[in-house]
Amino acid sequence: MSTVSSRTETASHADVELWIRMYRQMTAIRLFEERVNELYTRALMPGLAHLYIGEEAVAVGVCEALRREDYITSTHRGHGHCLAKGASPDRMFAELLGKAAGYCKGKGGSMHIADPSTGNLGANAIVAGSVPIATGAAFSSKYLGNGRVAACFFGEGALGQGVVYEEMNLAQLWKLPVIYVCENNLYTEYTHVSETLAGDILARAKSVGMAAETVDGQNVRAVHEAAAKLVERARAGEGPSFLCCNTYRFHGHHVGDINREYYRSKREEQDWKKERDPLAVHAAWLVAQKHADAAQLEQIEAEVKAEIAKAVEFAINAPYPNQEEVDRDVYA
Amino acid sequence: MSTHEVVTREITFAEAIREALAEEMRRDSRVCILGEDVAEAGTPFKVLSGLVEEFGTGRVIDTPISEAGFTGLGVGAAMTGIRPVVDIMFGDFITLTMDQMVNQAAKIHYMSGGRWKVPMVMRTTLGAARRSAAQHSQSLHAWFSHVPGLKVVLPSTPYDAKGLLKEAIRHENPVVFFEDKMMYKMKGPVPAEDYTIPLGVADVKRAGEDITFVATSSMVQVALGAADLLAEIGISAEVVDPRTTWPLDEQTIVESVKKTSRAVVLDEGYERYGVTAELAALIAERAFYDLDGPVRRMGAMHVPIPFSPPLEDATIPTPQKLFELAREMCGRS
Repeated sequence: MSTVSSRTETASHADVELWIRMYRQMTAIRLFEERVNELYTRALMPGLAHLYIGEEAVAVGVCEALRREDYITSTHRGHGHCLAKGASPDRMFAELLGKAAGYCKGKGGSMHIADPSTGNLGANAIVAGSVPIATGAAFSSKYLGNGRVAACFFGEGALGQGVVYEEMNLAQLWKLPVIYVCENNLYTEYTHVSETLAGDILARAKSVGMAAETVDGQNVRAVHEAAAKLVERARAGEGPSFLCCNTYRFHGHHVGDINREYYRSKREEQDWKKERDPLAVHAAWLVAQKHADAAQLEQIEAEVKAEIAKAVEFAINAPYPNQEEVDRDVYA
Repeated sequence: MSTHEVVTREITFAEAIREALAEEMRRDSRVCILGEDVAEAGTPFKVLSGLVEEFGTGRVIDTPISEAGFTGLGVGAAMTGIRPVVDIMFGDFITLTMDQMVNQAAKIHYMSGGRWKVPMVMRTTLGAARRSAAQHSQSLHAWFSHVPGLKVVLPSTPYDAKGLLKEAIRHENPVVFFEDKMMYKMKGPVPAEDYTIPLGVADVKRAGEDITFVATSSMVQVALGAADLLAEIGISAEVVDPRTTWPLDEQTIVESVKKTSRAVVLDEGYERYGVTAELAALIAERAFYDLDGPVRRMGAMHVPIPFSPPLEDATIPTPQKLFELAREMCGRS
């Protein structure tokens, strides 16, 4: 497992800005998801809600290593990826509530947020569904020579679907600029990884000769450092890579997944929340290193909270699409 | 020379496909071909022979045997500035690409509220009669015709093949293009200069008065063959080729049936829950009171396509079977 290098003593102003920005981004995702939880339980949000709480460091660490024009693909648990890549919370909430002002005019919802302006090719509700799409975007980048990189987020559950292996083979054969980001949060829905995956996760990528490493997915600096290296490598034409981020889903598979003791203990959840919360881990480090003080972090939280509150209000007040919209956008 | 002379040659269906691809690849550097043995081998049917020599392996790209893999990659590439033509050697193998086509390609434009587009073409084949048995002989185009977001093309002549393929490549939506394997060597007139055929416009392949045959792809030749036989006994059959199952030119079909008052629909897909059912329903809904009798259907038998020649031949419509059915419908049996 890669660890964060000890260059903190000589941290540049840009480094500190990045670390603070990453704290802000993680806070935005956390507070966004807490409001999703609340909107859902108040029956204001239709459909399904899969919360990203606990995994924020993965999306933020990776997306901070990307440029705006770089591509991402996301998953059903995708709000964090979209926000980290630059989506604005107001249009995100609007989409979650099925409103016309949403990123997809309310036609996609929570599991399908897409945004060309931030390179977001879309969240996908087929578990490994976005893996070919990200690989295809990387193919375009190479074909067109535009230097863009694609980051493909998926959970460890996607490793059960064969198309992942077809894509990794193609990407490695053709040296495509794609980073496969596996979020190993230990559970595919309600089943522990030990019951779904045989063998070693990295061995899957290594079997096609792909660069592969594991990182502590609760440490945003570690994720960022690993991702930045792999992105740079991809941009330089050195091909794809696989980054396994060990992380944990603090909530259930979806908001309604309340009684979880049949598949994991409360003790396990408490341990992760207490010891391995990515926001707390990063905040403690920032304070210990004197890059920020508690008041500054509280200030960030207050600002983000206000922004999120405004976004929720915007979405609640936004109109639903007109019914004439129903058969528009079927064809371009 | 002030007058423009239209040069029309006789070329094969395969040559028409190859010309369409070559012309579009010359016109637009974003067009590329992805598939199994598409480059030096030019596919097992040799449809693509010569393309890699002109365009290189960077644009005519051999893939591993990973139909889902390279189809899905094509979807992502199409979203991000490339115009891939994905080659699925046998139509039976579309089963391996269903998530990529049905859940991804077909839905991305809609799910993104119109913000992403998937301008890709999947070329594949259909049709029995090659003694290739149950996994290399099916006509599964009804599956894709069932899915909103896809367009489905079924050319029946070299002229249609070239014009429709060029249109499909320039199109902004995912298009699935089914070629009848048995038709590759069929010759027909094709203009030398650039032309396209819009999707959703049927073509009356033969005009007639007494009965309408609505026939797709491989079944157009069956319908024309039956029409020749019927002419000998004084029955005039009209052959309407929809050319695309979606979008569907309902008007041309309905008008023809209203004129003739009798209809048989033919399609090489399985008859049950297939294209013939949809076309028959259309006629029943929109031309019922003009009909002299029930709409009849002819499609592939509801069996896996058998290997043994006499068995395989029994599964698909023939001109003779259609002739007999039409003669009976016209009260001449």
